[in-house]
Amino acid sequence: MTTDPRAELRSFLGSRFPQVELTDEEDIFALGFVNSLFAMELVLFVERTFGLEVPNDELTLDNFRSIKSMSELVQRQTGQAQSSQATS
Amino acid sequence: MTSVGVVGAGVMGAGVAHSAALAGHEVVLVDVRPAALQAAVRRVERDCRMSRLLTGRSVDTAAVVGRITTAGSVAALGDCEIVVENVTEKWEVKRPVYAELDDACPAETIFIGNTSAIPITRLGSATNRPDRVIGVHFMNPVPMKSAVELIPGRLTSAETVKRTREFLGTMGKEPIPVKDSCGFISNRVLMLTVNEAAFLVHEGVATAAAVDEVFRNCFGHPSGPLETADLIGIDTVLYSLEVLYEHYADPKYRPCPLLREMTDAGLHGRKAGEGFFAYESAGEERG
Repeated sequence: MTTDPRAELRSFLGSRFPQVELTDEEDIFALGFVNSLFAMELVLFVERTFGLEVPNDELTLDNFRSIKSMSELVQRQTGQAQSSQATS
Repeated sequence: MTSVGVVGAGVMGAGVAHSAALAGHEVVLVDVRPAALQAAVRRVERDCRMSRLLTGRSVDTAAVVGRITTAGSVAALGDCEIVVENVTEKWEVKRPVYAELDDACPAETIFIGNTSAIPITRLGSATNRPDRVIGVHFMNPVPMKSAVELIPGRLTSAETVKRTREFLGTMGKEPIPVKDSCGFISNRVLMLTVNEAAFLVHEGVATAAAVDEVFRNCFGHPSGPLETADLIGIDTVLYSLEVLYEHYADPKYRPCPLLREMTDAGLHGRKAGEGFFAYESAGEERG
């Protein structure tokens, strides 16, 4: 997968919080309108949309704090999947 | 370690089974719907996995799930010392369950009713052991909420209260004692708020988002009444209002027609993927 995950992430957050314009670096947990249950939804969205399972050691709030951090997580995970496929 | 029966594998039953198994108890989770049992076990697995994200602590998912067995009938609860009942918030559903439990369980087994509104004395009347029937109103999501309402019925014994407090202590739950009264503290107040918030949306006075925004941004509540309604389940909100309306014969509890329409349409809130708001966890309830 070579497409930039940011567009999907922006669109998901935009549909849920139409009143807020988020930058890629903005800490969505610091904005005060999301809670821990939404964090769980973010995990499910990322896993479903990008076809991956976030490993336990990556399940931290920091990885879901911003569009940028989620995008980096997706790229790490899909990159790893591709490299393991290439070597198998 | 206590042998714990959990009856009803909906959102609350799954949460209670999770918390009890996490505390080291052996759990038998009962539901007449095989699909609900499967969904409950998946929910426990998912929530164990999310524990690191939500609490910072990792949980051994296999160990927790390994302490939960499932069964299709309360006949499987013959060895349980404590049974937590979490079936649908309707007296006509709960009453026969208590009668069946009374037959299936030893005389010393305590029955904990996890009810939103139904008086505990009434639950006790469906058994031959009203002294061993007590109410504990767990909050959703059960593994994340540290306080519960503890409601002894009119005939509940001091020994039952003591054993229930000990059991809650093993799960890290702080009991807040409340006298037996339909709706207790939480839902006498919350259901009126949720119902009036639903009326605002029903009448077109405000959108659901605007209602919740007032509570979050003006009052500093962590979530608004309609997001809370979605978390509880719109069907459970409706049934709780019906119980309150019937019990007090007071029109202030008349359910907003929108809640009935949403319940009929399957828009049951977070567990269904949609209620007043949409959620990513779509289809869980039907899974």
